[in-house]
Amino acid sequence: MKKVNFIHLRSKLPLLLLVFSLTFSTTIYSQDEAAPGGDVAAGEALFKANCAACHKLDAKAVGPALRGVADKFERQWLRDWIHNSPAMIASGDPLAVKLFEENNRAIMTPFPALSDTDIDNILAYTSQPKAVPAAAAATETGTGSSTGGEGVSNSLILGALALIFLLLVITLYLVTNTLKRIAEAQGVVYEEKTKRTPIWRAFVQNQFLVLSVSIFLILAAGYFAYGYLMQVGVDQGYAPVQPIHYSHKIHAGDNQIDCNFCHSSARQSKTSGIPSLNVCMNCHKNISEVAPETATEEYSKEFYDGEIAKLYKAVGWDVENQAYTGKTEPVKWVRIHNLPDFVYFNHSQHVTVAGIACQTCHGEVQEMEIMEQFAPLTMGWCINCHKETNVNLENNEYYAKIHEELSKKYGVAKLTIAEMGGLECGKCHY
Amino acid sequence: MASNKKYWKSVEELNENSAIVKALQDNEFVTEIPTDEFLGNKEVLAASSTTRRDFLKYVGFTTAAATLAACEGPVVKSIPYVVQPDEIVPGVANYYASTMADGFDFANILVKTREGRPIKIEKNDLAKHGGSVNARVHASVLSLYDKNRLTGPTIDGAGVSWAEFDTSVSQKLDSMTGKEIVLLTQTFASPSTSKLIAEFTAKYPNVRHVVYDAVSCSGALDAYQNKYGTRALPDYDFSKAEVIVSVGADFLGDWQGGSYSRGYAQGRIPKNGKISRHVQFEANLSLTGAKADKRVLATPSQQIQILKALAGGSSSDLPENIADAVNKAKAQLQKAGSKGLLITNLPDVESQTLALNFNASSDAIDVTKPLLIRQGSNSEVMNVVNGIISGSIKGLITVGVNPVYSLPNNKEFADAYQKLELSLAFAMKQDETASLAKMVAATPHYLESWGDAQIKKGSFSLAQPTIRPLFNTRQFQDCLMQWTGKAPNYFMYIKENWTASILEGGSWNKALEAGVLESSAETLMDPIQPVASGIKEEATSNGALASFSQDGNYELTLYTSTGLGDGQQANNPWLQEFPDPITRASWDNFLTVSAADAEELSLENYHVSNGALNGSYVNITLGTVKVENVPVIIQPGQAKGSVGMALGYGKTAAIQEEMQTGVNAYPLYQNFSEIQKVNIEKAGGVHEFACVQLQSTMAGRSNDIIKETTLEIFNTKNISEWNAVPVVDYDHAPVEVRDKKADIWSPFDETVGHHFNLSIDLNACTGCGACVIACHAENNIPVVGKDEVRKFRDMHWLRIDRYYSAGETFKEEIEKLENLPAFQTYKTVEVPAYENPEVAFQPVMCQHCNHAPCETVCPVAATSHGRQGQNQMAYNRCVGTRYCANNCPYKVRRFNWFLYSENDEFDYNMNNDLGRMVLNPDVVVRSRGVMEKCSLCIQMTQKTILDAKREGRPVKDGEFTTACASACETGAMVFGDVNDESSEILAMKKNDRMYHLLESTGTKPNVFYQMIVKNTAES
Repeated sequence: MKKVNFIHLRSKLPLLLLVFSLTFSTTIYSQDEAAPGGDVAAGEALFKANCAACHKLDAKAVGPALRGVADKFERQWLRDWIHNSPAMIASGDPLAVKLFEENNRAIMTPFPALSDTDIDNILAYTSQPKAVPAAAAATETGTGSSTGGEGVSNSLILGALALIFLLLVITLYLVTNTLKRIAEAQGVVYEEKTKRTPIWRAFVQNQFLVLSVSIFLILAAGYFAYGYLMQVGVDQGYAPVQPIHYSHKIHAGDNQIDCNFCHSSARQSKTSGIPSLNVCMNCHKNISEVAPETATEEYSKEFYDGEIAKLYKAVGWDVENQAYTGKTEPVKWVRIHNLPDFVYFNHSQHVTVAGIACQTCHGEVQEMEIMEQFAPLTMGWCINCHKETNVNLENNEYYAKIHEELSKKYGVAKLTIAEMGGLECGKCHY
Repeated sequence: MASNKKYWKSVEELNENSAIVKALQDNEFVTEIPTDEFLGNKEVLAASSTTRRDFLKYVGFTTAAATLAACEGPVVKSIPYVVQPDEIVPGVANYYASTMADGFDFANILVKTREGRPIKIEKNDLAKHGGSVNARVHASVLSLYDKNRLTGPTIDGAGVSWAEFDTSVSQKLDSMTGKEIVLLTQTFASPSTSKLIAEFTAKYPNVRHVVYDAVSCSGALDAYQNKYGTRALPDYDFSKAEVIVSVGADFLGDWQGGSYSRGYAQGRIPKNGKISRHVQFEANLSLTGAKADKRVLATPSQQIQILKALAGGSSSDLPENIADAVNKAKAQLQKAGSKGLLITNLPDVESQTLALNFNASSDAIDVTKPLLIRQGSNSEVMNVVNGIISGSIKGLITVGVNPVYSLPNNKEFADAYQKLELSLAFAMKQDETASLAKMVAATPHYLESWGDAQIKKGSFSLAQPTIRPLFNTRQFQDCLMQWTGKAPNYFMYIKENWTASILEGGSWNKALEAGVLESSAETLMDPIQPVASGIKEEATSNGALASFSQDGNYELTLYTSTGLGDGQQANNPWLQEFPDPITRASWDNFLTVSAADAEELSLENYHVSNGALNGSYVNITLGTVKVENVPVIIQPGQAKGSVGMALGYGKTAAIQEEMQTGVNAYPLYQNFSEIQKVNIEKAGGVHEFACVQLQSTMAGRSNDIIKETTLEIFNTKNISEWNAVPVVDYDHAPVEVRDKKADIWSPFDETVGHHFNLSIDLNACTGCGACVIACHAENNIPVVGKDEVRKFRDMHWLRIDRYYSAGETFKEEIEKLENLPAFQTYKTVEVPAYENPEVAFQPVMCQHCNHAPCETVCPVAATSHGRQGQNQMAYNRCVGTRYCANNCPYKVRRFNWFLYSENDEFDYNMNNDLGRMVLNPDVVVRSRGVMEKCSLCIQMTQKTILDAKREGRPVKDGEFTTACASACETGAMVFGDVNDESSEILAMKKNDRMYHLLESTGTKPNVFYQMIVKNTAES
C-alpha cells in the first residue's frame, strides 16, 4: 500500500511542476509580448472543441501545425480565413489559394459562429511557446531525487540489521567457547549419553507408520498430479508479448473507451473481433503521440510513441504527408483466448442477450497494461456460471412463453441458464 | 501305450556325425550371434559410464519431458483486417443473390459467404422461374476452390500477362481478316453477353458465333422454332397437368434443363382427394420412371411408335402389354383434355413436334414465355466441326465448352483443331480442349464473375461476384470488351444494358439485391445469323435419328447422371461421391443392362465377402466407334434389348487422379442423339463398384419402412387400413406402439420450448439428392474416396435409400414373401432381378428418436438428448466404441475410421488450403475415431433462436430450417417447431399420411414421413 502511494506522488509531481511552469511561463510571455488581448484558458477550451480534430500545436495533422500561427499571418486575414476559408479560396486570394494547395487541397470547415474575440483567444493559446523541455527536465529531477532517497533508507536499515545479526552470532560463538574452556579448566566431566536408535531407523522399523506415510504420500502425489494435469491446456494468466504494445489500461481505463467501441462485433457476432486497423486510425489519425502524463515509470513516452509509430507502419500511414501510402503490414496479434474448435461460443448471446459485462469473463481489462487471460476458460468454469446465473428476461419477448412454462415446471421464480437447457452438450458442441 | 518312435525335424538329424546337430545340442544357434557387431567395441562399451539402467532412465525422462512439453499450447496468431469492409462482420454470414449459368445448369441462387468466402449455395426463394437448384448447383461452390484450376492466361503453354495476351489476340484477329473464325460458346441465356457478342462480331465480321450444347436439345428447339418462331424450349407447369404421359423424358432429372420437379411435386401431394396421374414409357430406369404411377418398359424404337400412337396413330405394331398401356394412356389424355400433357425425350424434330402439337392446347404449356436455357443447333455445330476438319474454318474460339472431350468424333476433331491458325480456349481448367489450344484464357468461376441471365422469357436475373478472383483470371465478357475497345468493364456494361433496356425504370440496386427481376423487356437474346445450311431442321426430318437405323443388337439410351450432368464438374469430390439415386453407385458410370440381356451375354453382378459389388465389363461398338471396358450394372426395370449409359464421365485432363472415373460415353453420342443402336460384347476383367446400398428390397419387413397406398384406397377406406399404427404385444394382447402401455421409457415432457420435427413427404421426394449435397456443404462432411465407400464407410449424414419391390406394389411384395417358404424368401429378397419393379425413395438421416437406443448404450454419455428434440453428439467426448452405431435401428451413424482432413491418404478438398476454404466455420471438423451423424442442423436452429433473442421477439414459423429442408425444391422436407400451434410442421404431423420409420421399435423419432399415395386409376 505504501508503495502505491509513492507512485501516485511521483506521477503527480511532474504534472504539478508542468502546470506550475506553464502558468508561470504564460505570465511572462503575455507580459513580454503584450499581444492583442486573449484569454489563454478560454482559447484552449475553444481550440480543443473546434480545432483539435484537424490541428495540433506542434505537428502537422489534417491541417498544419498552429503554434505561432498568429505571427505568420495578419490578424484580420486569419479571422476571415477561420470564418470562411472556402469563400476566400474561391475569391482567389493568393495566400489562401497557396495554403489550400500546400495542404492537399483539404478544405477547412468554416467557423462563422466564432466571434473575433473567440479567435483572438484561440490565437493567444496557439501563441504560447512550447513548454515541454522544462517539464521534462522537471520530471527527471523529480523522479531521480525521490527514488534515490527511498533506496538509501531501505538498504541502510537492512545493512544495519545484518550487521547486528552477525555481531550476535559471533558473540554467541565466543561465549560458548569461553564457557567450554571454563568447564574444562574446572574439570567438569559430561556424562556420556547412551546411544539411542536414530530416528530414521525407528521410522523404518515402525511398519504402520511407513504404511500410513506411504499412503499419505501417494494420495498427496495423486492430488498434485491431478491438479497439474487438470491445468494442462488451461492458460489462465497467459499474457503473451504482442507485436504492438497495446495498453487496454490507457484506452479502456484512462480514456474510458467502451469495449464495444472497438470490439463492435461482440454485440452481433460469435466473435468479439480484433479491431481492424482502420478502427485504430479513427482516433490515431490525430493522436500520434501520448501525452507526457501517460508515461509511467515502466513505459516512457518515447516507448508509447514508438508503439503508435508501429501502428502507422502497419496501416501504412505517412505522418509527414498525412496520407495513406497503401503499403500495409497486417498485424499478427498473438491470440490470447483460445477455445478449442469443438466448442461453439457466441459473444452476442452473452453480451447482447444476457447483458453480461465484458469484465465478468475477461477481468478488469481496463486496468491491464498487458492483456492477459483472466478466466480459465474450462468447461467447468462455463458450467458453473450457467448453473448460478439467472436468465436475463428484461424486455425480451423471446423468453416470455418458455420462461413461464419452465418456471412453473421447476417451481422457481427465475430460471437459471442450466434450467433453461444451457447444460445440454449440443448447445455448445457441434 | 506310448510309442518309442523318434521324430526328426530335418534330414541333417539322420546323419550321426553331423557337426550341426552337435552344435545345436549345446547352443541355441549353430553359430554365435554376432552381437559385438552391433554393440560395437566391447572395451568402449565397458568403459562407458552409461549403464543400461541409466540409459533406460534417460529414455524415460526424455519421453516424459517430451510428453509434458507437448502439453504446452501452440501460439495462435490472429490477423485482423487492415481496413475492414463495411459489410463484413467476422462471424456473421452474408448472403448474395446470384445466378449459375454454366450452359447446362441454370439456377437463381443465394450464396452464403463468411468473411468473404462463399461457403454454401441456397435456392433463391424470390425467383419464380429460377431454374433448378439441383445437387450440382449446390456442389458448385466446391468447384470454386478446385486446386486444378488455371491460374493465368497462357500462350503456347507459357504463362503471359493479360496485356501480352490481349496484344497477341488482337494481332491474330487483325491478321486473319477474311478468314472464317468461329466463336463456339455454351448457351449463355444472357442478354448482355448476347449484345456484347453481337458487337464483337460486328467489329470482326469474319467471326461467327455458334452455340454448342454438349448435351443437345436441338430437336426440341427446332420444333419450337418451327411452330412458334422463337428458338426456345417450351415451359411446362406440371402442377396444372392432371394426366402426364412421358415417353422417355426424365423431366425430374435433366430433361430439357430440368426445373420441373417443383410443379410436378405440387400435383403429387393429395389435395381434395386428387393427385395427377403419371404414366412413363421408358427404357432406362430414371428418377421420373421411379416416381411414375405406371411405368411401362419400352425400348427407344418402341418409344417412337408409342409417341406416334399417343399422338393419334395406331398402336397395332406394339407388343400387347405396351399397346394396352398406350391405349389406356391415350384415353386418359383425351379425357383430361387441356389438363393432359404429353412429353418426350426422343431427339428428333418430328417426335418433338408431335408432342408440341399435342400440348398446344394444354393448360400446362406456356408458349408466351418459353425457356431460353438451350440454344444450340445440331446442324450448325456439325457445320463447324466439318469446317474445322476440312480446313475451311481457320480459327476457333471456345467459351465454356470442351469440344475435344464432348464431341462424338473428338479424335478427328482434336487432330484438326491442333492445325488451326487460331485456337483460343476460354477455360477454367486445362481441360482437353485447353490443353490443345495455342492460347488459353483463364476464366474465373461464376462465383467470381458478373453476369446476367434470362432463364425464362421475362424472368431476368443477375450474377455477382462473391469473392475476389482467386487467380489471375478474366471473364470472357471482359476480354471481349478489351478487344472491342469498350467501356471499363463488364459490370458497367451490364448495368448500362439493364438500365437502358431491362429495368424499365426500376432500381438497379434492388434488382441486384433480389438477384431476379420479372420484366416485360424484349431483348436481343440470340444473335444467330442464318448461314447457308439453315439453322434448324424441318419438322419432318429426323436427322438426329439418322444413325439409329444402323445395325445393332441393343438400343442404347444415353443420359446425364444426377451427380455429374454433362461432366463439367468432374473434379468435384462431392459429386463423385454422391451415390446415383437409382443404382446407388458412386465414383462411376456404367452400362445398365436388363437381367435377361445380362444372362444372354453372361454378364454378372455379384457381391464379394464384405458385401461390395463387382461386375463384368463390356465393349460397346457403334459403327466404327468402340468404347471399351465399360462396367455393367444389371438394372431392374431396364427394358429388355435396351441399355443405358451416363455421359459426363471419363474425363482425364486437369482432373485429379482419384476423380478420373468412369468411361467417356460422348463417342457414342453420334448425331447428338441420345438413342443409338449398338453392339455389345463381353470383355474380360472384373470391375469393382462402390455401391452404398446392398439391399435392394425391404426384405419383407411389413409396412414399417415404406408405406404406400393407392389413391382409391386413400380416398375411400379408413385410415386404419392404409396407415395403421404398428402393434406390439402387451400381456399377450396387441396394443398400438403409440400406446403408453407399449412404452418402457419414463415419460419426458416435450411440450415446453421448441421441439423440432422434420417431415419428409415421400410422394414429393424425387430422389434428386440436392439435400445430400447441401448437407455435405453445411456440415463439413468429409469425402472418403472410392475404396472406403466400397467398404460402406461413406460419411453422408443424409442418404436417400432406394427400394425396389418385387411385386407390382410394395404391399404385394410383402404378401408374396409371407406366403413363401423361408429359404425362398431370402432368395427373392436378395436377387433384385425384377423385370419392372416399383421404386421408392426414402431420405434417411438420424431420426432423432425421443427414445433413442444409441443414447442408452454410450459408455461415456457422448450422445444425449436435448429438450428441443435433437439427439446431440458431443464429438470431443466420444471415445469411438461404436456401440451407438450398432444399436441404431436406422444405421445413420457414421464413424470416422480415419482422419479425413489434412491427410494425404484422403487427398480431397479437406487436404488443401484452397479446398478447406469451403468449410463451414460454425461446425467442427471431426477427427479420427469419433462417431458423427445428422444433428438436425443444430447450428442453424441455434442461430435462429439467437437472432430472435437478440431482437427480443418470438421465433416465427418458417424461420427454423435445416440444410436439407431449405435445399428441397419440391417441398418434400418441412422442418419446424411442433410446439408452435400455428406451424406447418404441426399440420404435417397431424396429417393422415404421417408415419414413423420402423415405428414398431418404439423409438418415437422426431423425423416422420408422409406415405406414398399412387394414382393407379387406369381410366
